[in-house]
Amino acid sequence: MSRGEAIGLMLAIIVVAVAAVLPLILDGYWLSVALTAMMYVALATSWTLFSGPTRYLSLATGAFFGIGGYLVGLGMSDYGLSFWLMAAIAPVVATALALLIGLATLRLSGVYFVIFTLGLAEMIRNLVSWIQNNFLGSRGLYVLTDFTDADIYWMLLAVSVAIFALGWWINRSRLGFALRIIGSDEEVAKHVGIDTAWSKVVLFMVTGFFAALIGALVAPRYSYIEPNVVFSPELSFIVVVMALLGGIHRLWGPLVGVIPFTLIWEGITISFPNYTTLFLGFSFLLIVYFLPHGVVGLMQSLVRRVGR
Amino acid sequence: MTSQSVPILIVETLTKRFGGLIAVDQMSFDVREHEVMGIIGPNGSGKSTTMNLISGALKATSGTIRLKERELTAMPAHKIARLGIARTFQLVRVLPDLTAIENVVAGAAFAHKPRWGAEARAFAVALLERLDLGGKQDLPVGSLTYIDQKRLELARALASEPEVLLLDEWLAGLNPSELKIGIDLIASLRDEGRTVILVEHVMDAIRSLCDRCVVMNSGRKIAEGTPAAVLSDREVIRAYLGDG
Repeated sequence: MSRGEAIGLMLAIIVVAVAAVLPLILDGYWLSVALTAMMYVALATSWTLFSGPTRYLSLATGAFFGIGGYLVGLGMSDYGLSFWLMAAIAPVVATALALLIGLATLRLSGVYFVIFTLGLAEMIRNLVSWIQNNFLGSRGLYVLTDFTDADIYWMLLAVSVAIFALGWWINRSRLGFALRIIGSDEEVAKHVGIDTAWSKVVLFMVTGFFAALIGALVAPRYSYIEPNVVFSPELSFIVVVMALLGGIHRLWGPLVGVIPFTLIWEGITISFPNYTTLFLGFSFLLIVYFLPHGVVGLMQSLVRRVGR
Repeated sequence: MTSQSVPILIVETLTKRFGGLIAVDQMSFDVREHEVMGIIGPNGSGKSTTMNLISGALKATSGTIRLKERELTAMPAHKIARLGIARTFQLVRVLPDLTAIENVVAGAAFAHKPRWGAEARAFAVALLERLDLGGKQDLPVGSLTYIDQKRLELARALASEPEVLLLDEWLAGLNPSELKIGIDLIASLRDEGRTVILVEHVMDAIRSLCDRCVVMNSGRKIAEGTPAAVLSDREVIRAYLGDG
């Protein structure tokens, strides 16, 4: 292990340790803010595993997240199944769906892929609502568990650590290198022997898996699950904005974006609840215009300038 | 030396249509091991399309392409690359987000004879030095000059140790002194015993580098033979200069 890696590992251990003791210090409102932030850390980091190197912006996060929450609700509420069983099934279902979507869409490039994932997420939301309202009797589903906010927070922390470990491993692997080449020039990628379609599908499945797992673990927080709410398109956009704000060229980039954005978002939701969408759109514009490489990219170019 | 060698790449009645336009029309030729084979012809005669069909960038409408015993015709580009066909592009395509050495490792990591990790890096360093890019390995590719980018693209193609190397107008856009360097470089590849298909407009390069060449016009093969023979062929002269 090189010096830089050793320092990085030490820092990571310290950050995880601090994150792990937060629920013992925080309570009530601030614990719930920390929980939200942890959820977005996990979502934005796993989103970046795929969209960072390939530059295929996926707006399907809400759909996968929704599948997690919805299946947990459906299984517990209507079929009396256990939370853990449903939390295990949901990511598998989402992974299979990601495989199908991937095979169908990853031939699309650029903006067509973005639009498709957005449309697909909306379609799934409406389809599930329709089935729920017309065939499955109840309009909403209850997820009743003994989990406290702290329990959910710790579960999400464990998932985040797993995502970081996987991301670190992928970045060092041939697969990670292949994704960077795909993001750089897909035509060249094919001609150096990379199965571009399969590489993209595999990573898309990974992000689908984690988004559904996170959705399932967070479900007990809401207690009452309604398809229209849990398949939130807004969530897909928030994840993209947070990841872009932090920077998608480093594994820990999204983490840097999530924390400030969650705090501001919470503030706006409380003080100006009618302006959240406006704020989201406005931040998106600002990031694209002024921070194309995120906060991390900005810091790196500042460091480089000082170094010169 | 070439006349005794066995054909390694065999193209038979290869045709490519784009709607009503027939870009490549019933092309047949073969490439023998260790030879440099030129494809020449006026602009729009179908040379680059032929290269794109061989590398898998385009799918043939009909006809076959075989590498030794394997038929490549319907294969996707990445499988063709893995079987040992590497290429450079008509408009130089380096990977802008990667450093110079990563560009070369990209050529080595997935293709015909895969290398990874320290072995791939060492191999890439040797290739960069071989192409006079030593010392530039950690530079971002955007800071390289045009000829260095061309060299880098060639290094990437060589990194897979291809059975057949496709050079699509690799010499285009070089100034006279760079051209000399470029021709010498391709000559050294020939001396190493590599098999190369060269699409080129620079006639000096064709004369000095190619063992044989085929001449295309309007998608068809109009001549085949040694450079001296085809360049004095009446039909070839007419294709280039028009009826006189």
